[in-house]
Amino acid sequence: MKRARGMAGLTAFAALVVGVQLMTRAAGTEYYLTQLTMTAYYTVVVLGLCLVMGYAGQISLGHGAFFAIGGYTSAVLTTHDVTAWATASPVGRVLDRAGVFVERTTLYGGDVLSVNPWLAFVCAVLLSLFVALVIGYPTLRLKGHYLAMGTLGFGLIVYRILVGSRLTGGADGIAAVPPWHLLPGLVLTGRLGWRVANYYIAWGFAGLVLVFILNVVQSRTGRALRSIHDGEMAANAMGIDTAGYKLKVFVISAVLAAMAGSMLTHYSAGIGPSEADVMKSVRYVTLVAAGGMANVWGALIVGTVLTFLSLRGTFGSLDHAVFGFILILIMTLAPQGPLRPVAAGVRAVLGTLCARLASRRHAGRVPAAEETPAA
Amino acid sequence: MSQALQYIFSGITVGSIYAIVALGFNLIYSTTGIVNFAQGEFVMLGGMTAVTLSRFLPLPLAIMGAVALVALAGGSLEVVFFRRLRRPTILQMIIITIGLSIVIREAALHLWDEQVRALPYFTGEATSSVTVLGAGISPQVFWVLGTVAVAVLLLHLFLRGTLMGKAMRACASNLEASLLAGINAANTRTLSFMLSAGLGALGGCIMSPITMTQYDMGTSLAIKGFAAAMLGGIGNHMAAVLAGLLVGLAESFSVFVLPAAYKDATAFAILLLVLFVRPHGLFRAREVGASVREF
Repeated sequence: MKRARGMAGLTAFAALVVGVQLMTRAAGTEYYLTQLTMTAYYTVVVLGLCLVMGYAGQISLGHGAFFAIGGYTSAVLTTHDVTAWATASPVGRVLDRAGVFVERTTLYGGDVLSVNPWLAFVCAVLLSLFVALVIGYPTLRLKGHYLAMGTLGFGLIVYRILVGSRLTGGADGIAAVPPWHLLPGLVLTGRLGWRVANYYIAWGFAGLVLVFILNVVQSRTGRALRSIHDGEMAANAMGIDTAGYKLKVFVISAVLAAMAGSMLTHYSAGIGPSEADVMKSVRYVTLVAAGGMANVWGALIVGTVLTFLSLRGTFGSLDHAVFGFILILIMTLAPQGPLRPVAAGVRAVLGTLCARLASRRHAGRVPAAEETPAA
Repeated sequence: MSQALQYIFSGITVGSIYAIVALGFNLIYSTTGIVNFAQGEFVMLGGMTAVTLSRFLPLPLAIMGAVALVALAGGSLEVVFFRRLRRPTILQMIIITIGLSIVIREAALHLWDEQVRALPYFTGEATSSVTVLGAGISPQVFWVLGTVAVAVLLLHLFLRGTLMGKAMRACASNLEASLLAGINAANTRTLSFMLSAGLGALGGCIMSPITMTQYDMGTSLAIKGFAAAMLGGIGNHMAAVLAGLLVGLAESFSVFVLPAAYKDATAFAILLLVLFVRPHGLFRAREVGASVREF
């Protein structure tokens, strides 16, 4: 039944993605697709963080930094001119032969060699993996929420380095990041002609991540994490390596953030240090909390809607304040998320209807383990 | 020699602010278990309020008014947002304080603006200096050090000598036992928020002439103060003061090895290092109860 519901959800998700694209075409508002594409990448970060917060019960205030690590790794590697090195040094020539470098045209029309975006992407993943291990290993072994402060400090360091270093372009960031030729005939770029294709690339990626996360939640790891949530000591006593599972989930979500960062950087052809800003990280936390913590679908829905509205500038100068307010309101009034009471209501109505129609069919569902009774 | 002295003085001056923030963390943490991410905002609010009040009040009154107002604000935060929570999780409480810090910061941005403000120097002017062993020190530095020393001493006496202070320590050490002893834990929590906010506001006032006050100064102060609190061992008040000074000194001497742009990163690096190597801090707290170890 769980699987059937998952399939139904995914089908609805795909239909909605296609439907929105067709609607923007029909309404002549295709410029929405640009923000919707960006929203998809930010939503990937939110989905990853949902694992950390909802299932491992930890807060990371450094996901903006992981996003920036991914983006900047791609940006630096793919814009750095290595022509001289690749043609002069023997190592460079071997690497060039191996297809590590690609030729691209700079803003001024010259042809230079830079690292292949695919390889840069792999580097971004590896770097974020390494950093997440270094941050997560010690902090997650401690009891409580040291991860929150550890990642906050880490995020601030990354921000300072990005602003202070010449390699990353200081406060200006890096511009003119080349398009990424994913496959023959499929380019990740923000150019106008590729807008619809990139909308589908972004949401296709988000869909894959969604499937992956749903699988993690229902796997051995997910069960172990839920047991940690219900009682860490009991879980430990059962032989579950709680710290190991928390670390695994934290690393997964950091890598997902870096992947999204790398892809969005190619899409918007640049990146700035504001991606690593603490407010960005807090924003991801808000979206997961507003989605109902251990609720992947909630995080997806709330994350998409609020990110899109924010990118459209709906909240004006109150942008940050709106997110702060949402955070406080949700946590004080409805810590289970605003969607859950609504969903429960809908389910109850449907349930009574179904019960009337066919008395044999079970309505509603057995309360799952992650649903702690509302306080 | 005189240059080293200059660095030492600037180190302990900023360090004493970190000490104050660290103390604030400890006060709230030990009675409530909340790591208050809005701690730096109290400092900012203190400075901002004092600057505004000083327009129509003499400076000492303006500072006292600011401390009182921010203390009230801190207490009401506890009453409004935390008192009514039943069986809150740590995750929930941390997230609320994160939200509060954002809302306070944004409110300050709209109430005042993004301009940098400062209180006037308490004695003399920006250029006046006292010569100590060949190093020119601003008189404000002595105001800061003196005020912090007196505040820390008073806090110590309060926690040790008064019934209210003892109640706070009792709540920190064992909540259930103190409830059984008839201590009103909810009021104790409110008091700890008020003390912590007032202390932060005082720090914001005395530092304002030197480091200026701006609406977004809170986050980095909070994390530096937390670094100090961790270094001293969370829940250990006197060690937090010492650790705050250490963090300030480390930051001030970091310019010898790091570019000045990365000066801020020193405290964060210390925080990460402490988390990795000695999560219980340099000095093992003697008076730490079960509630503190839970974090």
